[in-house]
Amino acid sequence: MSEMAESRIVLHFPKKLLDQPVISTAIQRYHLSFNILRANITQDQEGLMVLGLEGEPQSIEAAVEWMREQGVRVRPLDKDVTRDDARCTHCGACVVVCPTGALALDLDSREVIFDAEQCVACGICVPVCPPRAMSIHF
Amino acid sequence: MAKTYEEINAKIRSGDVVVVTAEEMVGIVADLGPAEAAQKIDVVTTGTFGPMCSSGAVINVGHTTPRMKITQAWINDVRVECGLAAVDMYIGATAVAEGDPLNREHPGLFSYGGAHVIHDLVAGHDVRLRAAAYGTDCYPRKELDSWLNIRDLNEAYMLNPRNSYQNYNVAVNQFSDRDIYTYMGVVKKDLGSANYCSAGQLSPLLNDPYQRTIGIGTRIFIGGAQGFVYWQGTQHDPTGERTDGGVPKGGAATLGTIGDLKQMDPRYVVGVSFLGYGVSLALGIGTAIPILDEEMAAFTGVSDADIVAPVTDYSRNYGLNEGAPLRRVSYAELKSGSIELEGRTVPTTPLSSYVRAREIAGELKSWVQSGKFLLTEPVQAFPGPSDSPGFKMFNNRPVEEEGCE
Ligand code: SF4
Ligand code: SF4
Repeated sequence: MSEMAESRIVLHFPKKLLDQPVISTAIQRYHLSFNILRANITQDQEGLMVLGLEGEPQSIEAAVEWMREQGVRVRPLDKDVTRDDARCTHCGACVVVCPTGALALDLDSREVIFDAEQCVACGICVPVCPPRAMSIHF
Repeated sequence: MAKTYEEINAKIRSGDVVVVTAEEMVGIVADLGPAEAAQKIDVVTTGTFGPMCSSGAVINVGHTTPRMKITQAWINDVRVECGLAAVDMYIGATAVAEGDPLNREHPGLFSYGGAHVIHDLVAGHDVRLRAAAYGTDCYPRKELDSWLNIRDLNEAYMLNPRNSYQNYNVAVNQFSDRDIYTYMGVVKKDLGSANYCSAGQLSPLLNDPYQRTIGIGTRIFIGGAQGFVYWQGTQHDPTGERTDGGVPKGGAATLGTIGDLKQMDPRYVVGVSFLGYGVSLALGIGTAIPILDEEMAAFTGVSDADIVAPVTDYSRNYGLNEGAPLRRVSYAELKSGSIELEGRTVPTTPLSSYVRAREIAGELKSWVQSGKFLLTEPVQAFPGPSDSPGFKMFNNRPVEEEGCE
């Protein structure tokens, strides 16, 4: 039996797939176990999910391929978004565009906190940030 | 008992002055009342840090050999104004680098512009000056391509036609079926966000609603240096509606400001790019308000709950000069993270940094405490509610097309 692998992926569900059991079907078909790391509905009413998949590497690949065929946008969570704290002015312009709340205003300190754990590396904040303090690395 | 500017300055010199920030003053006035607060407190400092589009810098680059009457110039590919004497130029903050695709691919990035040039100069970075001239008998040179550094300039000062709007709109997107890209940031469709841009209770002009102590000649904090107010800002209009406390319910007063670029700190002079809109300068401004009497104590005791701003649609009404504000909201409500609009809870987002506004008020407080910053009585007051001509919209008198071939 080949080695088990774990892989983290970001899934975008278009509106029409929101009520379809895409994930559970994929899991059963390809004998994987999974872990929902984050789930959100984005500003465009799309489903956004970060999933940890566990199983044989070929099965993970096949499951991802199958989900793509169903119309789900799938990408690996292999990008890294960072903030240059020296550039960030804590203006807050990014807060409303971040789909996951990874960038959020602390109501007491009035600082904008960047929580990398919540970030799905969607990149939306990068061009929105006025002093361009956010960057995405591949 | 009333205090004079001279008395307060004497206390600053002797180190006996009592200074608090406008944020601290809120609680002091609430606890003691304005009369007692006026006795205890001598100076209240304010601060704001946000995008201020109507900004720019005058520079004199010195004469070249051979001499050149520069008629066109670019710094780091940003066009600068040269309609002045031979080597004087004006760097407009919102000018965008030449070759930028602008909004041809909407929303454009606007990654570099005049504000970034000003920041780079303040930060001591080398910038590249390219210039052209037609050549004259006295100014024969026609071309120039050279590195430039702020230390080599004769003069370099900020000269801003309009800064520090007293109050401002809250932008929402009521009608568009997509997010819109504005100078108020990305405003989300379907009343998806309410974007505001004021330091509220810390903001300079909200703490002196009738500009009793701010006028021509007032010394201020600008970009980390000491500068001055040279005139009322463009679009200055103190004639609008006010709250019971005298605070304007919209735009109102503005400042024309000046300050030495060579003394500034790049932390408070930041080039910013608004997606789909353009370039602006995020600038730090602060004032030190003398607490001359009970009235000034009451004014500077203003809190976010006492200041309201008009919620305005930017997807149609703002651009077309139509419609009325959806409602007025207080800054206390805006700062809670969401506001109620049309029966819905709408998340809010600030565009002006309260953290840095607080930092500026704190910095200025330490300048006053250490005797580095003295107060100035205005040389002349701004036009007030009764003698201001108010604010005019453009008087459009279309030119008949005739004689065109
Ligand atoms: S938009 Fe950029 S500068 Fe403003 S708070 Fe967010 S990360 Fe910081
Ligand atoms: S990339 Fe930016 S906008 Fe996207 S989730 Fe991460 S922090 Fe939020």
